[in-house]
Parts: sequence; structure tokens; C-alpha cells
Amino acid sequence: MDWFFIITSLLKITILLGVILFMVSYAVYAERRVSAFIQDRLGPNRVGPAGLLQPIADMFKLLLKEDFTPRSANTFYYSLAPGLAVAPAIITIAVVPFGSTLFGVPMVVADVNVGIFFVFAISSLGVYGIVIGGWASNSKYPFLGAIRSSAQMLSYELSLGLAVIPVFLLVGNLRLTSVVRYQIEHGWFIAAFVGDWMNPWKWLLAIPMIISFLVFMIAIFAETNRLPFDLPEAEQELAGGYNTEYSSMKFALYFLGEYAAMITGSAVVVTLFFGGWHFPGIPDGYHGWVFGLINIAVFFTKVAVVIFVFMWVRWTLPRFRWDQLMRLGWLFFFEIALVNIFLVAGILAYGPRL
Amino acid sequence: MSPFLFWLFASLTLIFGAAVVLNPNPVASALSLVASFLGLSALFMSLDAFFIGIIQVLVYAGAVMVLFLFIIMLLDLRAEERRRINWLAAAGGFGVAVILLVQICVVIVHFQAAKQTFPPLARPTSADVWNIGQLLFMNYNLPFQVIGVLVLVATVGVVLLSRREPR
Repeated sequence: MDWFFIITSLLKITILLGVILFMVSYAVYAERRVSAFIQDRLGPNRVGPAGLLQPIADMFKLLLKEDFTPRSANTFYYSLAPGLAVAPAIITIAVVPFGSTLFGVPMVVADVNVGIFFVFAISSLGVYGIVIGGWASNSKYPFLGAIRSSAQMLSYELSLGLAVIPVFLLVGNLRLTSVVRYQIEHGWFIAAFVGDWMNPWKWLLAIPMIISFLVFMIAIFAETNRLPFDLPEAEQELAGGYNTEYSSMKFALYFLGEYAAMITGSAVVVTLFFGGWHFPGIPDGYHGWVFGLINIAVFFTKVAVVIFVFMWVRWTLPRFRWDQLMRLGWLFFFEIALVNIFLVAGILAYGPRL
Repeated sequence: MSPFLFWLFASLTLIFGAAVVLNPNPVASALSLVASFLGLSALFMSLDAFFIGIIQVLVYAGAVMVLFLFIIMLLDLRAEERRRINWLAAAGGFGVAVILLVQICVVIVHFQAAKQTFPPLARPTSADVWNIGQLLFMNYNLPFQVIGVLVLVATVGVVLLSRREPR
């Protein structure tokens, strides 16, 4: 524990936090522009060039609004809940390697040896923000939203956890940096054509990997309460869901939490299946700081692409019905993920060591 | 491990553990228990047992307590909040706790093995997930399987008991 470590860690945390908050505000802007594009509208294009200053205007609007607390709300928990919704989403990013190295410093805040469990454990705490918010509002619709949300998140956490087991069966290590290292040597999990594409076993392994990826991606949609699984905040049924009674910055915090969860979810997807910061032909940061910066840029570009997929799905698909969602989670994705583990274990047991 | 961190997390665990019992509101109790689990998990992690620590959060704080909270929130809490404290029972419970503490202290003072200082534990060379997997599936494979069957039987029993008979 030397000073160099503490200072670089603090720098990394500060910069990463800034980048995440910046990405959240521009993800909201991008969401509005993408939705407008999909629905053949213009979207926000008035504030600044092409509407690029819209997030700043939104922020001031939210800050200047009246912070209203319902009379019958449980004040302490009502104020605590938005924070509980934001914190887990942002803490999760700490274990995700967002670049190779820069000046010899590894570009990950905490490279713990239980990486993916850390992601699951901390993001599973995110449900408290929603549940407590819905309960403390002391109002019918937010409460229904909170109940729906907790049931949904618990159901899909199982599929989420089981879906990534094949990845770690292959890597043999829970550390997220080793997952990236493995993918650099053996090709991205989702794209068998990257790396040694002549190996037939790799193409065989690509089948369960793609199943794994699809289940994981869908479970992430459910975990982050995004459409087609946004039942906790289904406007038509619940008048806004768990955040109905919230206003001003508390509402903004919920919004921030949702988008931060989406960004960290995308970052985990990129790390697990899309090779993290690796791009074929670009060496890592040991070959010069320029490459280190390029690696970071590659990572965030990939994250942006996955976020775009999130938005694309949101504005294309209709919402599932409540019982359909639960049936899909328990009777379909759970089983698929389970069978998939056996499939990968079988291939690994009888195939050559990759 | 830094003693400062130990005292910080140990006191957090104990304070929130006491809050579980003392809070009149069951939702507040449940949340205190979550905070207590987080403190406990931090203690595990400061002992380099990252896996146990993170499983503590994942299973207890992330899944079990969410279910608890889920059930508690569906109950009518006003009756619970109006309940008065039974001072006699509280004093009795406190007395038992104090007696237990005194007993433990007396035993430790007279315990010979507690007087010597143990050498510091060696840092594990392999990842603890790997170690746990080796132990569970190699050394303790049969007990592990038996526990799995027991849990399965219990689950089936719960499903059977909670199912409403179709009329």
C-alpha cells in the first residue's frame, strides 16, 4: 500500500466517475435522439449545435424544480432510496477493466479475484433503492411498481448468474482481467472468426457462447428495468411506477441510477463477450501510451455500441405482460442457461484443451 | 489488515445488528440487517476471504433479505409499530447476554491455548474460489451431495405445503 497506488487509484476513480456521469447525461440525450430517429421525428435539437447542450439544460431544469415530499411518505427512507438506487450501479464499474495499461498502471480500479461475483453482488443491492422508494412513498402505484421490480430482479438474477458460468468454465478464473486476457489469446467469445478461426472446436464452442450471450443480454435488460421488461415503471398501468411520487433531483437520481446500471451492464457485456478493450491488430498499453489510450477508446466505443442496442430494442419492441415475463424467466431462460453449462462442460471434457 | 478498518467494520456490524433488535419498524430492522451483513462481508474481505465475503453479500444481502423485505412490506406495519416494549422481558434478555459475556471472558482467561500468540496465517497462493471448489468436490464430495439432496427435499416440501389445494 504505497502512495503511488493510492494516488493512481484516486485518479482512476475520479476520472471513471466523471466519464460515467458524462456518459449518463449524454445517454439520455442519445436515447431521445435515437428514439426520435426510429419514430421519424427530430428529437431535441434546439439547445446548442444539434441539441448537444440539452443535458445541461435538463440538469438545470431538474435542479430548479420543487423538491416535493408527499405528506404521508416515510421521509427518511424516501430520501435514502434514490441514493441506494445510484450507488450500486456506479460501484459495480470498479472491477471492470476499461483499458489495458497507461504508463504501466493497469486500467482497472480494483482487480479482485472474485470479479464477476462482485458485479452480481453489488448490482443485486440495486433492488433496495427501488423497493424502499416504492414502499416509502406510501402510495399504491409506486408500491406495486416496487413489488414487481423486486420479483423481476430476483427471477432474472438466476439466469444472469447461470448464463456467465460457461465463460468462466473456459477461462478458469473469475478475474475480469483474465477474461479479457483469455479473449485476446483465443479470440472473442461471441465472434469465433476473431483469432485462430481454423480451429473447429472453437466454432463448436461458439454455439453455447452465443446462447450464453443472448441469455445474459436479455437478463441484463430485465435487471436494468429496460423495455421490453420495464414493468416496474409501466406508465400505462402504474402511472410511472416506483418513482411516481418523486420530483426534482431525487427523480433525477433514479434516472441516473437506471442509466448508470445500463452503462455498467453494457461494460460487463463488453468485457465478458466482446473482448473488453481488445481490438484485433492493436497492441496493449505496454507498447506505448498511445496504444493505452486507444485501448480505452476501443472499450468505450464498444460500450456505446451496446448502449445503442439497448435503445434500439427499447424503441422497437412492445412490453411483455407480467405473467409472460415471469414465465419466460423461470421456465425458459433459467433452463436454457442450465443446459448450456452442461453443454460447455461436455465440450471441454471431451474436446482438446483450448 | 489494518486494525482501524477492523474496528470500523466490526462496530458497524454490531451497531446495525443491535438496530435489528431495537428498531420498532420491521422494514428498518430488515435494512439494518442488510447493513450488518455488509459490515460482516467487509470483515471477511479484510481477512483475504473475498469469496466468502462476496457470497455473503450476494446471497444474504442481495437475495434473502430482498425476499424478507418483500414479505414485510406486504404486512400491516402499524400494529407492529404501536407495540410497547416489554421492559421485564428486555431486562431478562439483557441479563442473559451479560451472563454469557462474563462466562466467555472467564473461560478465555483460564484457557491456556488462548495465551500464546499464533503465527500469522500464510497468504493463500491460489484463488480462494479454486480452493473452495477443490475442497467441496474432492474432499467433501459426499457430504456436499447429501446436503444438496436435503435442500432439494426441503424445497419440494415447501412447495407442497404452500400450494393451495384446487377445489
